[in-house]
Amino acid sequence: MPKSLFEKVWAAHAVRELANGQTQLLVGTHLIHEVTSPQAFGMMRDLGLKVAMPHRTFATVDHIVPTDQVSEPYRDPLAQAMMDELRRNCTEFGITFFDRSTGRQGIVHIVGPEQGITQPGTTIACGDSHTSTHGAFGAIAFGIGTTQIRDVLATQTMALGRLKVRRINVNGRLRPGVYAKDVILHIIRVLGVNGGTGYAYEYGGEVFDRFTMEERMTVCNMSIEGGARAGYVNPDETTFDYLRGRPYAPKAAAWDAAVARWRGFASDPGCQYDDVVAIAGSAIAPTVTWGINPGQGIAINETIPDPAKAQAADERAAIEEALAYMKLQPGTPIKGTRIDVAFLGSCTNGRLSDFQEVARHVRGRRVAAGIKAIAVPGSQIVALQCEKLGIDRVLAEAGFEWRAAGCSMCLAMNPDKLVGDQLCASSSNRNFKGRQGSPTGRTLLMSPLMVAAAAVTGTVADAREVFAVAH
Amino acid sequence: MSLEKITRVAGRGVFVPGNDIDTDRIIPARFMKCVTFDGLGEYLFHDARKNADGTDRPHPLNDPRFKGATILLSGANFGCGSSREHAPQAIQKHGFRAIVAENFAEIFFGNCTTLGIPCATASRVDLARIAAAIEANPQLEIVVDVTAQAVRFAGQTVRAEVRPAARDALVNGRWDPIGELLEGLPAARATAAHLPYLAREA
Repeated sequence: MPKSLFEKVWAAHAVRELANGQTQLLVGTHLIHEVTSPQAFGMMRDLGLKVAMPHRTFATVDHIVPTDQVSEPYRDPLAQAMMDELRRNCTEFGITFFDRSTGRQGIVHIVGPEQGITQPGTTIACGDSHTSTHGAFGAIAFGIGTTQIRDVLATQTMALGRLKVRRINVNGRLRPGVYAKDVILHIIRVLGVNGGTGYAYEYGGEVFDRFTMEERMTVCNMSIEGGARAGYVNPDETTFDYLRGRPYAPKAAAWDAAVARWRGFASDPGCQYDDVVAIAGSAIAPTVTWGINPGQGIAINETIPDPAKAQAADERAAIEEALAYMKLQPGTPIKGTRIDVAFLGSCTNGRLSDFQEVARHVRGRRVAAGIKAIAVPGSQIVALQCEKLGIDRVLAEAGFEWRAAGCSMCLAMNPDKLVGDQLCASSSNRNFKGRQGSPTGRTLLMSPLMVAAAAVTGTVADAREVFAVAH
Repeated sequence: MSLEKITRVAGRGVFVPGNDIDTDRIIPARFMKCVTFDGLGEYLFHDARKNADGTDRPHPLNDPRFKGATILLSGANFGCGSSREHAPQAIQKHGFRAIVAENFAEIFFGNCTTLGIPCATASRVDLARIAAAIEANPQLEIVVDVTAQAVRFAGQTVRAEVRPAARDALVNGRWDPIGELLEGLPAARATAAHLPYLAREA
C-alpha cells in the first residue's frame, strides 16, 4: 500500500496508543527557546523529573535578545532574567545551548536547519508555532505548548492525535518577482486561516521541486497561519545537498545510509491523501496583507476589500473590523499606502537568500526619507555570511540598520517595536493586532523584496516596477 | 497522578464576540517576559480591554455585569496563531473553567485540554442563543456538560461537542498525560533504538 511521508514518519515514531485514543509519539528532536521553556523546567523540578534524552534537546535564545546590543547585561532586566534562566536550565539538565558565545545562536527555526539537526523522516517539536518550518526537510514538526515541553523533556514523547494530510500542488512557473512568501500568502488567502485545522499540509508540484531549501522553509514556516499544525515537502536531492557537511549531519559511511533511509520516507506515488488542492504557479502575484490576519491578503495591484461587497455578514464584519484597525480605505489601491517602518528578517524571511535578493536590487538605492528600515539576520551564521559577501554594507549604504540576530520586530519581545499606529512593511509572518509591539501598530506582510520596494519608495509598491524586474 | 474528573463545568458566562481571536490578542507578547505563569490572568485580552493611558475600553470582561464569569464564549478559530501556553494560562488564571466557541485552533485546543479546560464547540446559532440569554440575565447559570456534550442554560439544551480524545481525557481524569507518558518511557526507548538519528553518537 503506497503511503505518504506523514504516515511513514508517524509509524516510525508511534510508541503506543494511549487510553484516550491518542498516540504516544516519539519526538526525535526537541528545540527550545527562552520564552516558552522556563515554566516547563519549573514543572520538571516540581515533579522531580529528569530529562529523558538530554542529547536530543537543543536550545537557543531568540525572542527576547536585543538586536542592537550584544553585550550583557541587557538593558531590560526581564530579558536578562530570561536569558539567565535558560542558561541555568541548560546547565542543570545537560542540554546543548547555542548561546551567543558559540557563534551559532539565532532564531530557533533557522538554527536547526543550519546545524543539520533538522533532518528528513524525523519528528521535531518546539514550543513555538513556527516549528512547521522544519517540515521543509521532510520532517513532521509540531509547535507545542509549555506543558508539552515538559512532556518531551521528561519522556521524549508527547500525546497527539493523528492529523489528516492535504496535498497542495503548485505547478507551472512563478512569474519573475514572485517569491515563496507570495506562494504561502496566496495559499492562505485561498484556503483560509483555519482551512488547515486538523491537517498536515504536504506541499509539492513543479514549483516546490525547483524551490531551494530556504524557499521551502519560508512556505512551511507559515503553515500554521493557515491553521495546519504541520507542513512539509518531500525530501529530494535539494534537501540532501543542503544537509551534506553540516555539523549534525551524518558523516562518511553513515551519510550514504542516512540518505538512503531519508529517500524512503518520501511519499509513495499513488498514496492516498485526505484532500488534494491544485494552485497554478503562474496565477500567483506579489501579495500584501491589508488586514489583521495572514489570510487577509491581496495581489499588489488589487484594491482593499469593500465590506459593502462582502458575500456574507461574517465576512463583512471581518473586513470592517480589520479596516477600522488598519485605518485603510475600502476600494482604494493598496499600492501607494504610506509606510513608516520596513522590517526585513524573522524565521520566515531572515535567511541568506532573503538578504541576498534584497541587496541585489537595492544596491545604489536609498531608503525614503523618514522611513525606519531595519535588517535583522536570522542567526549569527546568516549575519556572518552576509558580512562576508558585503551584503550588510550594501544594505547599510541604502539606509537599513544592520542588526544582530534575533526575532526582533516580528513579535517585539525586545526593544524593536512599532510606536503608536505606525504602519510596517514586514517580511515576518503575523499581522495580528498589536503583534509588532504597539497595541495600535499596523503590519503589512509581504516578501523581502516588496519590503525593500516599500522602504525605498516610502509606500507600498510593486517591487517589479521599483526595481525594473521584467514580468 | 490522580486528577480531577472534569465531567461538567457550571457557572456564569461571558461572550467575547469575534472570529480568529489570536493568542497575541489573548495575551500580548510583552507580558510573556516572565519565567512563571503567575499573574498572567491580569493581562488577559489586555490591549482590547485597556487604552494606552490605562483606562478601560468597552469590553465584555470590563463589564461589571459579567464579573466572576467562569465560562468564556467566543467565535470561530479561537486561539489561532502563536502556540504560547500563556494564553490558556491567562484564561485559567483569570478564573475561566471552560470555553465554548464555534471552533478552536489546534495548538490552543491541545494546550487547554492539558490544563483541564474543556473546549466545546457549538454552532454559531446556538452560541448566539446562549449569548442572548446571558445578555438578558448575566446571573444565569450555564452548564457545560462534557460527558453529554451539551450546554444547558435557561431551560434549554444545545449541542456542544468535545472531541473524543479530549472528552475521554477530561471525564476520566487523565487530561494531564504525564503519568501515562512516563509509564511508556521504556517503550519509547525501544522505539528510539530503531532510529539511528536518536543514537547518542549521531
